Amino acid sequence: MYTASDLKKGLRIKIDNEPYIVTEFNFVKPGKGQALYRSKLRNMITGAQFERTFRSVDTFEPADLEQKKMQYLYQEQGKYCFMDNESYEQVFLTEDQVGEAKNFLIDNLEVEILFFEDKALEVSVPNFVDLVVIRADPWAKGDSVSGKTKPVTLQTGYQIQVPPFVEEGEKIRVDTRSGEYLTRVKD
Amino acid sequence: MERDGRVADKREALWKRARMIRAIRDFFTAREYLEVETPHLITALIPEKYIDAVACGDSFLHTSPELHMKRLLAAGHPRIFQICKCFRDGERGSNHLPEFTMLEWYCRGMDYRRLMEECEELIVSVATDLGSGDVVNYQGVAIRLQRPWETISVREAFASYAPMSMDKAVTGNCFDEIMVSSIEPHLGLTQPTFIYDYPASGSALAKQKKDDPTLAERFELYMGGKEIANACSELTDPEEHHRRFLNVNRYRHSAGKSIYPVPEHFLQDVGRMPHAAGIALGVDRLAMIFCDSPAIDDVVSFVPEFL
Repeated sequence: MYTASDLKKGLRIKIDNEPYIVTEFNFVKPGKGQALYRSKLRNMITGAQFERTFRSVDTFEPADLEQKKMQYLYQEQGKYCFMDNESYEQVFLTEDQVGEAKNFLIDNLEVEILFFEDKALEVSVPNFVDLVVIRADPWAKGDSVSGKTKPVTLQTGYQIQVPPFVEEGEKIRVDTRSGEYLTRVKD
Repeated sequence: MERDGRVADKREALWKRARMIRAIRDFFTAREYLEVETPHLITALIPEKYIDAVACGDSFLHTSPELHMKRLLAAGHPRIFQICKCFRDGERGSNHLPEFTMLEWYCRGMDYRRLMEECEELIVSVATDLGSGDVVNYQGVAIRLQRPWETISVREAFASYAPMSMDKAVTGNCFDEIMVSSIEPHLGLTQPTFIYDYPASGSALAKQKKDDPTLAERFELYMGGKEIANACSELTDPEEHHRRFLNVNRYRHSAGKSIYPVPEHFLQDVGRMPHAAGIALGVDRLAMIFCDSPAIDDVVSFVPEFL
């Protein structure tokens, strides 16, 4: 059980039997008045955002969330399909639920899917994913000045800035948290 | 609070803050206010419904210097000011620290209306000293300091900005929520705002208005939507004090909060206290305005998360 003063950004709570994540939070106290906890919440199922102000006496249940290892299979008409490696059970996420992770989803990638009861909510990809460069301008002479980068397109359609020496067909490692290039990878 | 506590980035804010505090001292010294220091470690305190003290052994760290400054007024000091640390348990947010710096001053024979003027004079004087001129830019809003500043009663503010009247908000038990969400964001935007005549029910030690005892002679100063100071014409009746203390402690008990020992010496002295007005101003908040800082963290050298 949480009280309003335990709320913080990223905390997941249950309201009316649905899971919410706290996206913004501030303690306020109007002159001589009581402590109030202003927060922005996002419904983890519908994605709906709203503001709520709580008092210190308000309490919350934690949202019971479970993380499962699954494999990314394919995408069709904005639905992303994942499979449980043991039960072979399949679940789907919408493009909104997948969010930024879609830039890094390659076939058979092992990911973690967050569940609330039996509803799949969101996907987390590994911190580092290796992706093939499918489109890049050739390396022009004089581009070797340090700090200079060029845009390339990866197999997922993700566009990223890389050093000028990276060529089409090569594989690079990307940090999925920052979305940035790390290094070239030799197979 | 995602900000870290690195002191190096704060060089400019800390210089400005120090200069601001010096300007405050100069202002009061020039007006023959006596700078006082009262104990921070106290055995009894003025109980407030929504302010929790930090306990320290058998004593408490003071939540404001009010109690002992009033005893000094009662002892015959007509004009006093103090800049000190105050401690309030559990208060942490972008405008709150559990240990913060307060400026408090009292003047014999003044009422809350005259105190508004002195408050204007102080802040204009500090702005001049900091070289800010007539306009302070805070978070994209230009706050003009030309006097007189905007005044609006709490009742008018509810009529203008809120979905219901002040009386409805009080009886409906949502005064604070509406204040925070509908009213505060409008206050002190083009110029500083004094919002005055609060419901007596929420004004611990303010004198009630003669022509309407449901209101207290109390005001708050807002700049850039932020509460900067709280002031009132001071209550001087010891029996009324005692009654209010018991009421507050009764509320605290029912709300499951700790009950504070009643300050007996204060109650003995307060009957000798002359008519006076007093004001508490958040020094860190004022520094936020002059440093154009969105978070209180930016204007203090250390925050509690990084001690």
